[in-house]
Amino acid sequence: MTDRDYDVVVVGAGPAGLAVACRAAECGRSVAMLDDNPHPGGQIWRGAAKESARWLRGDVAWIGGARVFDIPGPQQLAVETFEGECRVAYRSLILATGARERFLPFPGWTLPNVMGAGGLQALAKSGMPLAGRRVVIAGSGPLLLAVARYLRARGVDVRLIAEQAPQSALLRFGMRLAGHPAKLMQALTLRAGLLGVPYITSCWPVSAQGAERLQSVTLRRGDGSTRTEACDYLGCGFGLIANVELAALLGCRISKAGVEVDEFQETLEAGVFAAGEATGIGGLELSLVEGEIAGYAAGGRRDRAAALFAARTSHRRFAAALEQAFALRQELRNLPQPSTLVCRCEDVAMERVRACSNWREAKLHTRCGMGPCQGRICGGAVEFLLGWQSESVRPPVFPARVRSLSR
Amino acid sequence: MPDSVTLSVNGAPITVPAGAMVSAAIAIAGVDRYRRSVTGEPRGPLCGMGICFECRVTIDGRAHCRSCQVVCQPGMEVRTDD
Repeated sequence: MTDRDYDVVVVGAGPAGLAVACRAAECGRSVAMLDDNPHPGGQIWRGAAKESARWLRGDVAWIGGARVFDIPGPQQLAVETFEGECRVAYRSLILATGARERFLPFPGWTLPNVMGAGGLQALAKSGMPLAGRRVVIAGSGPLLLAVARYLRARGVDVRLIAEQAPQSALLRFGMRLAGHPAKLMQALTLRAGLLGVPYITSCWPVSAQGAERLQSVTLRRGDGSTRTEACDYLGCGFGLIANVELAALLGCRISKAGVEVDEFQETLEAGVFAAGEATGIGGLELSLVEGEIAGYAAGGRRDRAAALFAARTSHRRFAAALEQAFALRQELRNLPQPSTLVCRCEDVAMERVRACSNWREAKLHTRCGMGPCQGRICGGAVEFLLGWQSESVRPPVFPARVRSLSR
Repeated sequence: MPDSVTLSVNGAPITVPAGAMVSAAIAIAGVDRYRRSVTGEPRGPLCGMGICFECRVTIDGRAHCRSCQVVCQPGMEVRTDD
């Protein structure tokens, strides 16, 4: 593949990335948008081409199925696609790398057909018919409701939704929704689509059973009682965490929530911006407005960007309330048994990780976090279970072919 | 564009809706075990979005392809780790 050069390069084509690309191009900049997925839309608009189309412009170059695996030089990305490797040069870079689910290990969580809640939805959106299949949705956060509704509308037998947060926290959150009419409408619509599906609060999975595949899941309530539910699939995720690996490689400052940015969504690295879930979990509307601000700022129209600050403030307030309502309970730290695998790439059990005193030691002694996912899955678990923050990121940030690395 | 695509999973032909991902085609073919882990455990998709690498399969002879990120093409040959 030939090398390319743009004013603005956007990494990630979810709502935030689409908004960035649209606004930067509107300002007359040459723009390229790239994403690991074959189509734009990110996760929330996976398979929803109509939603993405509202933000797509003909003058934005699209590089799909592309992974950034290194920063070979100043203002340059090394990118691998199915066809080969290329360099993409930029004057402004916008990281709209989104978020992933947080997974917590419990006995049986590695069985086939135990997936993320969003993971199961993604598989359904990818063409997998699940009609008539028995599904349990568990974990935490508003995503569980959205996934259950999506599956139910497609004829899936959603047995129940297990939310680890207590009802009291959700009720407090519900009261605050009154200040956000659009969100309240979403909540009501969701509820209507879920009639008949039990939504059980203070409830979480403690084990999944099956030989070669999932057969049932055992759930615990806050009062200590348990129940076992037979099912074909378990969709389980404990909220979302920001994808910050590329930002870390670029030297951007990262806080506990995500990539740190100023009011124009610019990181401490000049010319590098971040928008959307990568800067902290906030949902669709916040991602869009952050993307627009970053796009205008990178396009040289800070006046237009500033006009959107008030909207962003309102969405951020909502995000903060959301985080509080769905905070993970301490009991979940006891989910993994000593023999439960924490690192699924290298099959490292909890007892071996717990015997180490920090991430570095765990990596060196057990290979935890050293496999193909580079700690993207076990990192979020270990952060919650043991309080270890992941360490420095080194290239390649994604497994790359030897030919790509040798250039 | 035709509305379906025929490919093979472990040698057996399977027809899926056009635009479906290889991960979905494997599930439609009735296969739960996409790969075996380093200690031999059966594994299938987890994240569905290209992050976890649990759904790795061999596509047209190329090993370690994340099946959730590859769109099915006519005649594609997919092998799980059996």
